[in-house]
Parts: sequence; structure tokens; C-alpha cells
Amino acid sequence: MGLISIFANFWLGKLNLQALPPNAIQWFGAILMLSVPIGLALLLTVKKKWKWLYKEWLTTQDPKKIGVMYILVALAMLLRGGADVMFMKTQQSISVGHNMGILSASHFQQIVSAHGTIMIFFVAMGLMFGLINLIVPLQIGARDVAFPFLNATSFWLFFAGMILVNASLVLGDFAATGWLAYPPLSELRYSPTVGVDYWIWSLEIAGAGSLLAAINFLVTIFKMRVKGMNFMKMPMFVWSVLGSLMLVAFAFPILTVTLGLLALDRDLGTHFFTAGGGGNMMMYVNLIWAWGHPEVYILVLPGFGVFSEVVSTFARKRLFGYTSMVWAIGAIVLLSFLVWLHHFFTMGAGSDVNAFFGIMTMIIAIPTGVKIFNWLFTMYRGKIRLESPILWFIGFVVIFTIGGMAGVLLAVPPIDFQLHNSLFLVAHFHMMIVGGVLFADFAAITYWFPKIFGFKLNEKLGRFTFWCWLIGFLTSFIPLYILGFMGATRRLNHYSASLGWQQLFIVSAIGAAIIGLGVGAQILQFVVSIIQRKNNLDTTGDPWDGRSLEWSTPSPVPFYTFARLPHVTERDAFWVAKRQKVEDKRPYEDIAIPKNSPLSMVIALGAFLLGFGIVWHIWWLAVSGLLTIIATIIIRSMDEETEYVLKASDVERLDKQYRMQTKTRETKLAVEV
Amino acid sequence: MSSKKKVLGLGLAVLVVLIISGSYLSSVNIPLLQPRGIVADKEFRLLLSVTGIMCIVVIPVFILLGYIVWKYRDTNNSKKKYLPDWDSNRYIEGLWWIIPSIIIFILSIITWNATYALNPFNPLASTEKALNIQVIALDWKWLFIYPSEKVASINKLVIPVNRPVHFYLTSDAPMNSFWIPQLSGQIYSMPGMQTQLYIMANREGHYRGWSANISGIGFASMTFDTAVTSDINFNHWAHQVDKTAPKLTNAAYSVLSRPSSYVAPKYYSHPQPNLFNDTISKYMVPGKQGMVM
Repeated sequence: MGLISIFANFWLGKLNLQALPPNAIQWFGAILMLSVPIGLALLLTVKKKWKWLYKEWLTTQDPKKIGVMYILVALAMLLRGGADVMFMKTQQSISVGHNMGILSASHFQQIVSAHGTIMIFFVAMGLMFGLINLIVPLQIGARDVAFPFLNATSFWLFFAGMILVNASLVLGDFAATGWLAYPPLSELRYSPTVGVDYWIWSLEIAGAGSLLAAINFLVTIFKMRVKGMNFMKMPMFVWSVLGSLMLVAFAFPILTVTLGLLALDRDLGTHFFTAGGGGNMMMYVNLIWAWGHPEVYILVLPGFGVFSEVVSTFARKRLFGYTSMVWAIGAIVLLSFLVWLHHFFTMGAGSDVNAFFGIMTMIIAIPTGVKIFNWLFTMYRGKIRLESPILWFIGFVVIFTIGGMAGVLLAVPPIDFQLHNSLFLVAHFHMMIVGGVLFADFAAITYWFPKIFGFKLNEKLGRFTFWCWLIGFLTSFIPLYILGFMGATRRLNHYSASLGWQQLFIVSAIGAAIIGLGVGAQILQFVVSIIQRKNNLDTTGDPWDGRSLEWSTPSPVPFYTFARLPHVTERDAFWVAKRQKVEDKRPYEDIAIPKNSPLSMVIALGAFLLGFGIVWHIWWLAVSGLLTIIATIIIRSMDEETEYVLKASDVERLDKQYRMQTKTRETKLAVEV
Repeated sequence: MSSKKKVLGLGLAVLVVLIISGSYLSSVNIPLLQPRGIVADKEFRLLLSVTGIMCIVVIPVFILLGYIVWKYRDTNNSKKKYLPDWDSNRYIEGLWWIIPSIIIFILSIITWNATYALNPFNPLASTEKALNIQVIALDWKWLFIYPSEKVASINKLVIPVNRPVHFYLTSDAPMNSFWIPQLSGQIYSMPGMQTQLYIMANREGHYRGWSANISGIGFASMTFDTAVTSDINFNHWAHQVDKTAPKLTNAAYSVLSRPSSYVAPKYYSHPQPNLFNDTISKYMVPGKQGMVM
């Protein structure tokens, strides 16, 4: 008996049959979760697409494909996070008085924590890095990123983190601590299960991916801009990405260290953040928000960038106040590191500290307001085509302004004492993140979709999606402001009937259902658009009468990106070029293109095994994972032939062929019509 | 024109929603808008004035958004001015750097003053001596100790009206946040540390309090009733409890501090005089300075 248990302990660590889901609802989640990869695998086998998948996607180093993979994973996670919402809203609508609802307290809290974690790290971050991969190289006239292999590795680390977070649905549990896992609740004493470990290690792995990606794209933006594009000629999206990635580079190391210290507390019995033993939990709270507040701007700055592109394109006018916009981004980047304490004014710090951080927070409203006025004046005296990307922008201004107002209220410490951790706060940050990030990402997907896939998305369904999201969102979150005023706190799995909160919770759930309808419409939009793609083909490469360099390439962008590097003399380089109508007569050049490599995936596999091994204390697995990573890096660094050369003559041939194809497509279309 | 009808329809729909929600809201009880203590009252007034000041910027944004989108939508109407290259004007841009800056400057002064005036650690001006209450957050209930009255209670707070109450707070469990919305804002209660909060209720009644920070599976049940009564009733209550309730011995406390949810109010007499301080110091390494603030 003793021998068997030692044996099992060595090979399986803490893993045993009790790790399986304890009840029907959790089994349902686990099976749902497992059905996705199993279904995909079956489909690939039946269609004999494994080889295609491996060659075209899994081993690719092309940022255009990596971007698509980021966005696909993020959209899948949006559905996962949305399913979490369904459970939360159902629970909060019915769990009143004697009714304890459908979920146990612990399960509810796990879902709340998973919702936040997944939406921030695997939806918002995934969409953001996806867009950066797709658009930044194109907009700066670069054929690739600075470090293509590192870029693929970043994606696969993100993917490994995502798998680890979702593994918690099947084996073990997830953190029941809220999405930032404050100690001492997240310490071993109060959270003895593997939930918090899953949280820590999935974020460590995905966070490492984010940091590497940020460094990669910073170098890309600094060093690989096409000749003639100096900083003040970059598209605003690139500026906003630059700001955002500078924040990633400075903020994510804080996250990595903080989670690492928490892991040491949990696994090695140190006392960094424990209650007792000389630990200080408020140090954790400070550190996590020193990352967490910049994180908000990491997400929202690229969103601002998207809107700058969308507004000027759809208003057919140059972006108003470019220089102001750049300074506003700079101010936001700087200030975002000086406000973290506003997340815990209620800690009881002195008046000086609270007042300082409150005022710093309010100051951020100035550059943000400047940006909004600049967008409005970009539209002023323009010709606004009211298509779905700009509808998302209008929705964003409405929601973001309301949310921003709530944010300034929360920045005043004595007001914050009354609203902290209430549903008012929840409504505020959802308005900022859904309005500022998700709406921007949806606008971006609609806007850049034809560039990547060669056809536009169905506009009717796009509009329907937008209205569902806007109406559903307001219906869901305005009641939360009121509930906040009624004293309802966040993360409540149950409340007393006498409080009179139930009606508003139900209204909020109805709003969430309307959003769900919007998500359904979005999926339908993709399906319908793919089926009817011939009606929406983008034959020109420039479907929206665009302004920046990405629209100068054919759609979809060929694998070598630019046959000849574009020529930039001004802002809105392509808009200017179109007006001047100069024909490009420069000679073609050889292009170096990175070869495919499966090693990025192997590194991520090592990271997953490392994380999974530590979560379950399966030390041989963790060590093997770590060794896999180290060995793969060594093997890769020995490989000196990582690129192949596409000859100038081939580039010329392909480019002409591509242009011919576009023409053929055009004639075909004419015949069909 | 159909788009005009659409906008009209949208406006009507918004109006209907506003009327329905307005009539609903006037019929329900919204604690934050009905402060019953001087601190909550000041915080509420501050909220109103800050909201008012922000409207100076927010309302023009909404008007401009509607006006510009409507006026400059693409309608093949060539009479509208179209300036595709007009991309900056330092006076206009200066305007929206300066006006928000002035507003934020005003708000900053208000914030600075209010933060000092409403520091939860500040004693409240009153002719009456403050009533001291020690609060310990437990898994998952609140323990209130009245050191001078030598009584204690679980999930029930009884305080006199129009007399300052001075809370000392800590936790013998994960971090919680102590909140009675109608009387004052929150303050964290943290293990191994002490925070303070002054409140003064100015009307008798029952006000609900709870924890605003997740602290484990029983967190949702950490609610308590705050009874604000006259001085006489309060003294009578304390006297009654002192005479009749069981003693809060160390053994009774160790039973109490075990995890439990939805705990009904209970009263105790003769709490151990050092219970509160011992609860804080047990989290500290011997010989090390603690974090008493």
C-alpha cells in the first residue's frame, strides 16, 4: 500500500480521481470543453487536413497567419467567457432569499474569476496581439517582424496558457478568489486546492508570451519602418501600439515577479504575502495593480488606434490633431504608471497618498478627452459613411464617456469609499473595456477583414450585431450602476430578498441575453460572409478607400507582403500616393522569408508541461518541460538556415500573376453579375 | 426621409425607457441616495457636485457627437462643406486641452480638500465622546466588541444616534471590506493590521452592512444589521447584554472563529480585554514591529 502511494505520488503528484468534476453542472462544462478539441480533431481527420494545418498554420512564422490564429483563439475564448456570463447571470437572477441558485458558492466564484481572467488575458490580449501581428508590419511597410521565430513562440506560449486555464475545467478546479487573487485568500491556508496554481501558471506562461511579443514589436516599430516613415508619419494605430507595448515591456515583468512570489508562498512555504509570518498582503495588492492599471491602457490604447484609423477612413478626412493625439498617448503612457493605488483607496493609506493618486487618475481624463474631441473633429466637415466600423466608434464614444464619468467619480477617494468593489465599479470597468477594447476590436475585424481574407463581411448582419451589442450592453450594465448605488457588491453568489435587487439583476441578465444574440449574429455573419464571399470580393486591395500602406497591397496580402517596399513621404502615405497616381517603376528585389518551424510549438509544449507539472506537483513532468524548453532553444540557436530567398525574378512573376488574378477575378465577377 | 424617421423612433424609444426606469427608480430604496449618517451624507453631496462639474464636458461631447454624425453623414449633398485635408487648428485643439485641464484643476482642489476632510481615520467633531467599537472580520461573520461596555455581538451592530462611533478594524480571516452604505464608505479589515473608521448616524433606524471584498465561500453571507437607537436605548441594550448574554471566553472565541456562514446575530458579555490586540499581534512574527496604522 505504502509503496503504491509513493509510486503514485511520484508519477501523478496531487492528481487523482477526485480531480474530476464533482457534479453534473461541472461535468457539463468539462464535456463541453473537451468536445471542442475532439470535434476539431475529428473534422481534420475526416477532411484529411492535418498536413495542411501543420504546414500552413501550426509551423508558420508569418505574422499575417499568426495574427489570424491569435484572433481565432481569442474569439473562441470570448465564447468561453460568455458562457461563464450565462452561468453568473442565471445564478444572480434566481439566487435570492431561500433559493440558493444553480451553483455552489465555490463554483460561482470560480466562474467569476475565470470570466475575468479569460476575458482580459485570452480575449482582449489575444485580439490585441492578433491585430498587431496583422496590421503593424503592413502599416510601417515592413515585410515581417524583427524576430519571426520569437513571434511564433509568443503566440504558442499564449496558446499554452489558454490550454492550461481551460484544463482546470476538466481536472481540478480554478481559483475562487476573484480575477486578481488577492492574498491571503489566495494563499495555501485559505485556497488549498490547485485552482490558484492553475491561475498563476497560465498567466505566467501567457504573460511571458506577451512580454516577448511586446519586445519583438517594439523592435519592429523602431527598426523596420520603411524608408521615409519617421515617427511623426506613422499611422496613429502604430503610435498607439507603440505606447501600449512600452507599457507591456515595463508592466509585465511586475506581473511575472508578483505571481512568482505568490507561487513561492504556495509551493515552498515562503511568507511574501501570507497573513502572519511577516508577510504583507498589501504588498501584493500594490504590485499586482502596478501591473494591473497599466494593463488597462495596454488594452485600450490599440483600441484608440483602431478608432483613429476607422474614423479618418470612414469620414474620408485626415485625422484631426495628429500631434495632439501623439502627445495624448505619451501622457497616458506616463500617467498610467502613477495611478495604481486608486484600486485600493480603502486600504486606509493617509490623505496625502490617497489625494495624490486620486488627482493623478483624474489627470488621465484630460488626454483621453482630447482624443475624443479630435475624433469628433475628424468627422467634422468630412463625408461620413455610416458603415458598421464607424457605428462601433459611435457606440464606443457613448459608452466610454458614461464609463469615463463613472471613472472620475471613482477617482475621488471619499466617493470611492462608497463605490469601491460595488457593482458600480463593475459597470465602470466593463464600460471602459468592452466599449474601448472590444468595440474597437470588432470595428477592426470588420475593417481589416477584406485585407486578410480578400472579401468583406456581410454589412447587414454587422449592423444587427452592433445594435444587439449596444442595446444589450446598456441594458446589462446601466442596472449595475443602480445596483451599486443600492449597495450591491461584486462577486455575490446569493443575496437577501429584502434588498430589492432581484428585478435589476434580471434586467441585467436580459441585457446579457441580447448581447448573446449579438454574438450569435456575429457567428452567423462569418458563416454567411464566407458562403457568399463572391458577392463581397475585394478585388482592388482597397475596399474602403483607405489611407495607410496596408491598402496598397492586394487582398488577401501575398505571403511576401510587399513586392516592392512602398515609398513614404507623408502621413497617410497611400492616400497621398493614390492622388498623385505615380506608377511604380522601381526594380524588384530578392526577399528573404523565414522558413516554417515546429520548434515554437515545442517550446510552448514544454511550457505547458512545466506549468501543469507545477500545478499538480508532478515534478518529473515539470523538469521535463523545463528541459524541453532549454533543449529546443539550444537546437534552434544552432540552426543557421532559418530563411529562404525569394528571387527578384520570382517576386516579379508572382506580383504580376497576382495582379492578373485580381483582374481575372474582376472579369469573372462582371460575368456572374 | 427614412433615416430621419429612424432617428425619431430611436429618440422615442429612449424616452420611453427613461420614463419607465425613472418611475421604477422613484419607487425603490437606493441606500446611497438616502444617507443616514454625516459621513455618508458628505460623500453623497461630493458625488453630486463632482457629477455636476463633469457634465460641463460630457454634455457637449454627446451634443457634438450627435450633431457632427448627423450633419456630416454622406448623403450626396454637395452643399455641405467637405475639407478632407483640414487636420489641425492650434486654437481649437488648445481649447480642448485647456478647458478639461481647468475642470480637472477644479476637481483636484475639491478632491484634495475632500480627501483630507473625509479621511476615515479623522475624529468627527461632536460634543459627545466617541463610542469605541472593535471589529473583527471572521470566516464569514462580523464580531463587534464594545470594550467600554464590555459586551460583544456577532452580525449585529447597535449604536447610538448622533454620537460619533470610532471603529478599530482587523481580520482573523482573509481581507474583508467593512461597509454600511447609508452611514459611511468602506474600509478594509486586514489580518495583522488595524484600520480605523469614524461614523455618526443622524437618524434612528436599521441599516444594512456587509463585506465588500471576496473572502471565501461564505462571503455573500457576511451581512449584518445596524440598529441606530437613542442613547438611552443603547445603554439599556448594553446593560441587558452584559447581564444576560454568555461570556466571550477564549474558548468561545475559538469556536466562533471557525468557518461558518449565514450566522444569526448573537450577543456576548465580558469579552477578553485583549482579544482585539491579540488577534492582530498573533499574525506578527515575535519581536517584529507590526503594521498598526
